[in-house]
Amino acid sequence: MELQKFTYENRITRLFMNATILWGIVGMLVGLIIALELIFPHMSQNIPWLSFGRLRPLHTNAVIFAFVGNGMFAGIYYSTPRLLKTPMFSELLGKIHFWGWQLIIVAAAITLPLGYTVGKEYAELEWPIDIAIALIWVVFGINLIMTTIKRRTKHIYVAIWFYIATFVTVAVLHIVNSIAIPVSFLKSYPVYAGIQDALVQWWYGHNAVAFFLTTPYLGLMYYFVPKAANRPIYSYKLSIIHFWALIFLYIWAGPHHLLYSALPDWAQALGVVFSVMLIAPSWGGMINGLLTLRGAWDKVRESPVLKMFVVGITAYGMATFEGPMLSLKSVNAISHFTDWTIAHVHIGALGWNGMITFGMLYWMFPKLYNTKLFSVKLANAHFWLATTGMLFFAIPLYFAGFTQSLMWKQFTEEGYLAYPNFIETVVQILPMYYIRAFGGALYITGVILMIYNLIKTAGIGKFVSSEDDEAPALHTHKHEVDKGHRIIEGKPVLFTILTLVAILIGGIVEFVPMFMVKSNVPTIASVQPYTPLELQGRDIYLREGCYVCHSQMIRPFRSEVERYGEYSKAGEAVYDHPFQYGSKRTGPDLAREGVKGGPIYKPDSWHYNHFLDPQKMVAQSIMPPYPWLITRDLDISSTPKKIRVMQSLGVPYPEGYAEKANDDLLKQANQIAQGLRDGGIEVEDTKEVIALIAYIQRLGTDIKKTE
Amino acid sequence: MKIVTNVLENIAQIQWFPIIGLIIFLTLFVFLVMHVIRMSRQDADTYSRLPLEECDGEQAVNNQMFKQ
Repeated sequence: MELQKFTYENRITRLFMNATILWGIVGMLVGLIIALELIFPHMSQNIPWLSFGRLRPLHTNAVIFAFVGNGMFAGIYYSTPRLLKTPMFSELLGKIHFWGWQLIIVAAAITLPLGYTVGKEYAELEWPIDIAIALIWVVFGINLIMTTIKRRTKHIYVAIWFYIATFVTVAVLHIVNSIAIPVSFLKSYPVYAGIQDALVQWWYGHNAVAFFLTTPYLGLMYYFVPKAANRPIYSYKLSIIHFWALIFLYIWAGPHHLLYSALPDWAQALGVVFSVMLIAPSWGGMINGLLTLRGAWDKVRESPVLKMFVVGITAYGMATFEGPMLSLKSVNAISHFTDWTIAHVHIGALGWNGMITFGMLYWMFPKLYNTKLFSVKLANAHFWLATTGMLFFAIPLYFAGFTQSLMWKQFTEEGYLAYPNFIETVVQILPMYYIRAFGGALYITGVILMIYNLIKTAGIGKFVSSEDDEAPALHTHKHEVDKGHRIIEGKPVLFTILTLVAILIGGIVEFVPMFMVKSNVPTIASVQPYTPLELQGRDIYLREGCYVCHSQMIRPFRSEVERYGEYSKAGEAVYDHPFQYGSKRTGPDLAREGVKGGPIYKPDSWHYNHFLDPQKMVAQSIMPPYPWLITRDLDISSTPKKIRVMQSLGVPYPEGYAEKANDDLLKQANQIAQGLRDGGIEVEDTKEVIALIAYIQRLGTDIKKTE
Repeated sequence: MKIVTNVLENIAQIQWFPIIGLIIFLTLFVFLVMHVIRMSRQDADTYSRLPLEECDGEQAVNNQMFKQ
């Protein structure tokens, strides 16, 4: 049998490894900064781009797409050629992929703090960057699929299935969720509105967790755990069942992010059922990973790589058990909108993604530099710092979430809310925020040790830019008649198509009814489009990231109706491009903020002073000040274009209204500003704060018009 | 408790959408379980060792994969 010689290219792998380290520390430091900002709200020093609402999307995007993204690519570019016995299809595509991805990250790191955002969680980036992501993702996909096509092995190993599923699904998720109509170069409105937008967004959001943070890392687990333990994977049979069950079931589970919301009951039930079923394939993966170490547990004691893998896989098992539990309505009623969610996602991010990435780096660096790790002691220290840091991070937040939720729901014997003032529930959990920040600092200290260790490792070794290998060509294999799953395991294109079909079924079942029957979303006659001033104010609300701390979704609980007002209806958000239901209540819900006589109504002057200096109005508030809203002029030149785009999305402004919109805007602004001036506040009509007040005071008022 | 709005309640046969999805999944699941039960142990062992192949041509040739 003739052997063909070929080489594995390590340079792209090294680039991605360096990038995951660089962006990892950046993303985590931004996380630490915003954790501290919750304790010291004046920390941002009145600098807009340092405020919590703008940095929080930067933190999530940096950790997910930059740290985990580059980590995944490093592992994929290392393992794929070795598993398929061929170099990657194209070095040029690899370079375009790497540099394109880094440019996207830089673009995100600049635009998000500057307030350019779509206002949808984990999908904040504006349309030009979205297009760039789609293009670079396709480059990655071509490189991956073509490599599998020109492989020299007959069989495609399970890790590659996970990589293929990642490519296919993320492409679908990103494109479907990002469809928007541009208003300008860095401003657009999503085509979906209200409850439909919420459904698409959480289908995307949940599956970003599934197919960006989970499936590629399961692929890495299936390659690097056997490598590091020098043991075959525990059960190949289990991997087949767990792969298909996982990708099929995950895609249905998105609606569990919208329990008790205005989403139809059937969609909520669907999300719950499939979330609970997800435990089985998720734990299939965990069991396969952990039991791969059977007979090699003694190595775990000595190897920091295996230690990290064990904790990472265990964290995966914990998070994937907790996730389905959180999707049960009775649990979700307590956990949702609290820090419990933050704790849950950080078990996944710090434990699963972090530990697997670190373990992988500690394994690959010495390999690529043909040397030993500079210091096993330092790596062990990193392991303990990361593990304890994670616990110090998550456990206080579980307490915080539970405590705050119970306080929100507590009634006195007389039937009144026991803690009617939201701030009482915030003050109670502040000590937990201190401990969380300490946990985060420990974790980052570990990462700094790793960086030092890896730099020293690179220093004592010599980089192996390419490795030679040889294998027989694929066509020289004797052909047996494949049966069952073996057929698709040897056909990458068919495999890709079937993966696509599996993930599309869940999406179609969820979306088709919601979109085909758009007219059936119960329209409420009194719900009208936003006035031009309110629309501009809403865009400021998005720009400042208010949605990361304030929900606009009153769930149908007595405690919430009592605290905030009547529960939210689907028909109220039909003109909301994008929806702003939110997912966390660091501050109170704002869905009925504008309802005069409602439980949380505040006059214009209160809002003005609150934006200027929150602590002046609520002494213990942890909201940062927004003085720039007071001084900045509202850009009204964009109003006509915004109205026209809204009209194209079906928002019923009268024909020709775009040209007259600014007249109405100025009139309404004058009314609000005059009211403030009458109260002794010196303010001009054209300042941004006026638009934001207009929007805030509109919230939740539409359905009250009929009463 | 009737929790949410009555969106879509009147769509004909809406209740079958999730059921159809579940049936498709269960069919696939049963097929996969049948398949892995019938899969030869030797094949499964071979595939589970794939990552352990080193960058070594001789080992690659000796590998079960290439003896099919």
